[in-house]
Amino acid sequence: MRDGLTQLIIISIYLCLLLCLGMFASRLFRGTKKDYLLASHSIGPFLLLMSLFGTTMTAFALVGSSGEAFSEGIGVYGMLASSSGIIHSLCFFLIGVKLWSLGRKYGYTTQIQYFRDRLDSDFIGILLFPILVGLVIPYLLIGVMAGGTVVQTMTAGAFPNLDAFSDPSPARHGGVPPWLGSLAICTVVLTYVFFGGMRGTAWANAFQTLVFMVLGLVTFVVIARTLGQQDSMFENLKAVTSKVPFDKVTREHMSQTKFFTYLLVPLSVGMFPHLFQHWLTAKSANSFKIPVVCHPIFIMIVWVPCVLIGIWATTVKLPPTITPNAVLPFLVKSQTGPVLAGLLTAGILAAIMSSLDSQFLCLGTIFSNDIVGHYIGHERLSDRQSVWLARTFIVLVVVVTYGLSLLGYKSVFAMGVWCFSGFASLFPLIIAALYWKRLTAWGAYACVLTAIGCWLYLFRDSGFGANSEYAVMLGEFEVMPVVLIFFSSLVAMIVVSLVTPPPKQDTLARHFD
Amino acid sequence: MKTVIWTLVIILLIIHQDNWFWRDDTLVFGFMPIGLMWHVGISLSAAFVWYLATVFAWPHELEYHENAASEEGDVK
Repeated sequence: MRDGLTQLIIISIYLCLLLCLGMFASRLFRGTKKDYLLASHSIGPFLLLMSLFGTTMTAFALVGSSGEAFSEGIGVYGMLASSSGIIHSLCFFLIGVKLWSLGRKYGYTTQIQYFRDRLDSDFIGILLFPILVGLVIPYLLIGVMAGGTVVQTMTAGAFPNLDAFSDPSPARHGGVPPWLGSLAICTVVLTYVFFGGMRGTAWANAFQTLVFMVLGLVTFVVIARTLGQQDSMFENLKAVTSKVPFDKVTREHMSQTKFFTYLLVPLSVGMFPHLFQHWLTAKSANSFKIPVVCHPIFIMIVWVPCVLIGIWATTVKLPPTITPNAVLPFLVKSQTGPVLAGLLTAGILAAIMSSLDSQFLCLGTIFSNDIVGHYIGHERLSDRQSVWLARTFIVLVVVVTYGLSLLGYKSVFAMGVWCFSGFASLFPLIIAALYWKRLTAWGAYACVLTAIGCWLYLFRDSGFGANSEYAVMLGEFEVMPVVLIFFSSLVAMIVVSLVTPPPKQDTLARHFD
Repeated sequence: MKTVIWTLVIILLIIHQDNWFWRDDTLVFGFMPIGLMWHVGISLSAAFVWYLATVFAWPHELEYHENAASEEGDVK
């Protein structure tokens, strides 16, 4: 069989399996809006763990981490993985459980709904809506574009004589072109989200999380064996790591202050609108306990092999034109057999799709719930109409995202960091809304406007993400842009809240007593 | 006990900045760069600290809302 064809068949089978899972989940659909968007608050600890983890781990975790480790060395693990282990669980603990509790009590479905109620302000919804959507879309693009690249690299050689499948790079020639791979991924995810809603998404996330964790470990063992060429796994690990250059097993070229300030980036989890929606699916507050404890370990299980594979790649002869994002797919293809390569591709796609589904569902929910539903009046829409409204917006979001993905490609890691920095800069808002009675609507507007103003300025200054090494100089210290944005928004929020009239007593009573 | 747990979280955040291993290329067990091994330790310690948090600092008062929610129904 031609090179790449086996992988294509396995990828196709995997995508069909996902479709079946989504269709099966749709058979359990109860026909209500609450069931479609929140799975009727029926998700237990295991499914919650898997869906939260699957949602936070995306192309960024697999393709981006190995690519960044290839470029920068082991420091990438400390920058984002171990810090996320501390901070993501902190967000689940401090924010997730409390929002779940308020959400169950007052019937929230989205973040905007919560903020409107907490701040007694309709305008906060109008202000947050374009910002949340604008920050989720780059995050979606990361997944859609990385998926297309992975499929093309892994199926290279399948159709060498088709003009539409030709590519100047031998590593990609004859593979499914990115526009087609991305289209297939979008279609599959759209189908199971469209029919299965949140329940289908949670099930697919759990299934895909298992797939990418297991297959990721298999990839690690197989690549270690192929590169090491020794008798035992332990000897293989020693042999292959001993060849890695000094700057990749240390953080010689990494700024210590930049590393330190990366700690703020994982705070983004506190403001991800798709995680907010997942939190609300929990059956009880106790359902959060297992995700809080296991999340750091799951991150470790996924990231350590990826980082090691990334630094090992520096010892392998790679095509001169290879980009960091293509390192993992290239190694998988060149160091394993076609069947395993196909399975491992399915694993990478699983990680990507398990984030895309939640984001598509969430954006569809925001449009239908916070804009159309809010201004038409929820009481004027039947459950059936609300579900179809959400579905219509989900389709529109997928079409727009796919269209944008055709426009260009930037580093998965750099785009991810900018997107996370934007959400992290809004973290003061959610923590203040939950724990600071003195937060006012004006303080919230100041926080949001300052965050987005600083973000836009710095993003533009970085060449719209083109400069992946971009940092802000504070005196002689190099820090991540998120520091400036985060503290500006924090100060603006506190100062404006303190100089504006305090919130109404009955609002505070509803939220704090 | 809550104070102990929040102190442990702060300690984790402080020792996360392991400047002492910045240029150390020691391979633990012959294959694991020590800088990476340290952060694997941070991940495992984080899981342990969060386990303690779920046992000793869990917001039990929120469980009341869970029961109350089913009685009150959705407000919106």
